[in-house]
Amino acid sequence: MDITIESLVFLIFGALTLGAGVLVVTSRNLFHSGLYLMMSLFGVAGLFVLLAAPLLAGFQVVVYIGAIAILIIVAIMLTPGLTQIKTLFNEQWMVNLAAAVIVFLVLVSVITPLMDDVGVDNWNADFTEDHPKAVAADSMTTLGEQLVDPDYFMLPFEVASVLLMAAMIGAVLLVNPGQAEDESVVPPEGEEV
Amino acid sequence: MPSDFAPISALLILSVAVSLIIVFISRLLGPFHPTTRKLSPYESGMQPFGEAIRRIPVKFYRIAVLFILFDVEVIFFLPWAVVFRDFKLYGLAVMGVFFFVLMIGFVYEWKVGGLEWD
Repeated sequence: MDITIESLVFLIFGALTLGAGVLVVTSRNLFHSGLYLMMSLFGVAGLFVLLAAPLLAGFQVVVYIGAIAILIIVAIMLTPGLTQIKTLFNEQWMVNLAAAVIVFLVLVSVITPLMDDVGVDNWNADFTEDHPKAVAADSMTTLGEQLVDPDYFMLPFEVASVLLMAAMIGAVLLVNPGQAEDESVVPPEGEEV
Repeated sequence: MPSDFAPISALLILSVAVSLIIVFISRLLGPFHPTTRKLSPYESGMQPFGEAIRRIPVKFYRIAVLFILFDVEVIFFLPWAVVFRDFKLYGLAVMGVFFFVLMIGFVYEWKVGGLEWD
């Protein structure tokens, strides 16, 4: 097997993703796990670039690394004591290992012609040069056109704004519950109940 | 094309290399006599106490959630901004509806005091 630049970059980013992923679950400091998660997500962004999906790679960096990983770290820092736990307390290693092995075997059976040899038809994904087709170079433009096109994603796009609005209101209510609720629990000062 | 990202990968390699070089050069050329006192975190001459990672107020969580929401909103703006000239007023109207619904949430949050720190 000859090593092209592409396969070399794939190896680097694959190793980054998997290595950081292993560190996420084995790190004894939950805060460090959060940082390793960012590293792993960055590796996935690199893999997206290799898959000719630069838009996804950009979204991965902006949303996952920039926002969701930050949210996870903030959530870790909210929890009492969790940053001080120095031992691993996962007691489900065997179940997790079994699940990981099963997923790996399914992936291998789909990608390689293994199942054809056994006699199961239509299991192999049958990847070739033209199938699946390469992502169009102007995927950003296409996505933009389809976002405003009523035949494509216009409705989901508008509904997404309702979802975002609901999340915004929910976040505010979660952290400081409405004033009416507060007054029912604690009477305002200077008033007798 | 993935090869379009060659400048970004060059930037990545350079930044990793430069930071490694800085760390190793200062270790190589500078004197290195560690003591417990020198290795302890510096806290304005005070004795360090407690953990470096403390619990933070829940208000930061609200900021983080709001940041995610506006981040996702920007993500929707990006592909739209590439083509909105081609769609003229219609494209503006579609984004206008999207933006208006989000502004309802934003104005609510503002009025309720969600942007105040106390």
